[in-house]
Amino acid sequence: MSTQTMPLAKAITAGLRAALDVDDSVMLMGEDIGRLGGVFRVTDGLQKDFGEHRVVDTPLAESGIVGTAIGLAMRGYRPVCEIQFDGFVFPAYDQITTQLSRMHYRSGGRIQVPVVVRIPYGGGIGAIEHHSESPEALFAHTPGLRVVSPATPQDAYDMIRAAVASPDPVIFFEPKGRYWTKGEVDLDAPVPSLSDGGTADPLGKARVVRPGTDVTLVAYGPTVATVLSAAEALAAEGTNAEVVDLRSVSPLDVPTVADSVRRTGRCVVVHEAPTFLGSGAELAARLSEECFYSLESPVLRVGGYHAPYPVAKLEHEYLPSVDRVLDAVDRALAH
Amino acid sequence: MSDQVTDGSDVAPADVVPLVQLVTPTGERVHEPDNRYAARVAHLTGDDLRAMYRDMVLTRRFDDEATALQRQGELGLYAQSTGQEAAQVGPAHALAVQDMVFPSYREQGILHVRGVDPVDRLRLYRGVDHGGWDPADHNLHLYTLVIGSHVLHATGYAMGVQRDGAVGTGDPERDTAVVACFGDGATSQGDVNEALVFAAVNDAPVVFWCQNNQWAISEPTSRQSSAPLYRRGEGFGVPSVRVDGNDALACYAVMAEALERAHAGHGPTFVEAYTYRMGAHTTSDDPTRYRERAEEEYWRQRDPIDRIAALLRAEGHWDDEWAAGVEADADALGETLRAGVRALDAPPTTSMFDDVYATPHAQVDEERAWFAHYEAETAGTAQHRTEEAAR
Repeated sequence: MSTQTMPLAKAITAGLRAALDVDDSVMLMGEDIGRLGGVFRVTDGLQKDFGEHRVVDTPLAESGIVGTAIGLAMRGYRPVCEIQFDGFVFPAYDQITTQLSRMHYRSGGRIQVPVVVRIPYGGGIGAIEHHSESPEALFAHTPGLRVVSPATPQDAYDMIRAAVASPDPVIFFEPKGRYWTKGEVDLDAPVPSLSDGGTADPLGKARVVRPGTDVTLVAYGPTVATVLSAAEALAAEGTNAEVVDLRSVSPLDVPTVADSVRRTGRCVVVHEAPTFLGSGAELAARLSEECFYSLESPVLRVGGYHAPYPVAKLEHEYLPSVDRVLDAVDRALAH
Repeated sequence: MSDQVTDGSDVAPADVVPLVQLVTPTGERVHEPDNRYAARVAHLTGDDLRAMYRDMVLTRRFDDEATALQRQGELGLYAQSTGQEAAQVGPAHALAVQDMVFPSYREQGILHVRGVDPVDRLRLYRGVDHGGWDPADHNLHLYTLVIGSHVLHATGYAMGVQRDGAVGTGDPERDTAVVACFGDGATSQGDVNEALVFAAVNDAPVVFWCQNNQWAISEPTSRQSSAPLYRRGEGFGVPSVRVDGNDALACYAVMAEALERAHAGHGPTFVEAYTYRMGAHTTSDDPTRYRERAEEEYWRQRDPIDRIAALLRAEGHWDDEWAAGVEADADALGETLRAGVRALDAPPTTSMFDDVYATPHAQVDEERAWFAHYEAETAGTAQHRTEEAAR
């Protein structure tokens, strides 16, 4: 059967394998992704099956990885770069923001750079400094990039294949704290279409993953599971929460969220990244414009604080927990 | 290697650095005992040398005309290549058609040889385009303004060439090299150093063509390196050479050797073309604040165009009637530029939203629609309100 139960990390492996299988121009690049299979084993076995020229162990230089990937894309390849950890993307930040994001624009559409940058991100794994961060807003603020994050194994499988197929560069944030969460994956699912901008597009469309009537909880990546747990707790208390999985931070699917909030009147946005100038802030601003007269309370945010990601022993106080989500819902309902 | 020439910069002033030179500043051929580089220009005919001279003269005229257009307010900025014509036209003449060049933003001579329309070369500086030409038409990438970023792109492109099997076939119309042009300042950038790492460990068919024009805006090369720049390449395991960047023939020969290595699949080469930026960094710069007239005069006497002209005369290839024809071509180029640049209008306002993405993106689509709506609703009135408020 084509449907298998597997962890999210292995769903990405399966998606990469499928992409390598169907298109000879697809290649993977990164540190330790070959014989080792990556520090999270997401590329496990792929170099053995596809060779050293398609699954490339690169020098330890992130700007070099993304910069050479841009050149390879100009030559007709579709490189998928792995950045080992979120905090190590910054040496490549210049190449991503000043080059990758705007090559199509500055060339008047003559050059496409279908590069995917995979970044394991987020906390909760007891890691040392620079291994638990959520820098997605920094990339979403840059025109020309698509910024996405899957929350389930099926979405991980679908979205990585869609990202590889995308003619635009995609920053693909993988919720490493959820890498080993299992779910069913239909390996025969078609690669989602990007061109029609339809609801099947997981690189641009949010999805209501739990219908409800009293409050809208918005999350993506690692916090989707958090807010689903919160929704269960709320249900036991008699509050019916709707949960929206954004899936994409750029573009933001404002219509889907606004449609939900028009029905519920209340909204709490939850992400691990600091709330200050984050994607929740943008969403709050947009909701105040789009559904001002439907709002029963201010849009609230639950997320990281404006402090560097703390030491591991404190991270559970820093990360948005179920209790902090419930507290925010209480405050929203108090209006 | 040819004669030993004293380094003219303040990089290790007492140092004597080997330099490939095939023609002296006064136009005599240099005797090269091993004939290593001289052999690579032996086939060039008088017509070939005259073609190089003509391209260098037209590049110089292009500079003068563009600078004048900037002074007249027709360009926002312009970066001159004056003094570096040999280090650009020479290597460009050695390229195979399929070789891909990644320029920095001062490669006016290479753009000229690669056939980019003169007016299109100034679209960027006119402020009507971020590029100006189709890279695929000329195997010439767009200018890159973040110093050194494109050197990684060139290296990645070369890695793609390898994967395409377009090196080492022995087919001169298939084997492909990639050239990354950058300057002395760029050698300090991490991206250039990372590019050398990636190229070296992959044997990528890329030529690192570093024009050391002695100045990174106001900073002399001594602020970038305590060793001659060509030795940077050696540290990465990349064959490296310093060439007299004001000697078009030597630049041609050194590039030809580097291209041969790349085409054969034997990997990268680092070339330091030792030259001089005779003009300002850009039209916004004022070199009198940081360098001496004596230094400029030293290099003026080593003008690369004077050198190839002297060679043509010395070897009987000079012809006054032909030279007058080159001047007439330069005059015609000036007329083309003046008319063409002035006719370059701003693109449509909504074009700022074009091509941000290759596929629909909700944010861009929404803002484009809003912008169009705003423009239509406020046509004429916004300016009116500003004027009212100013009263």
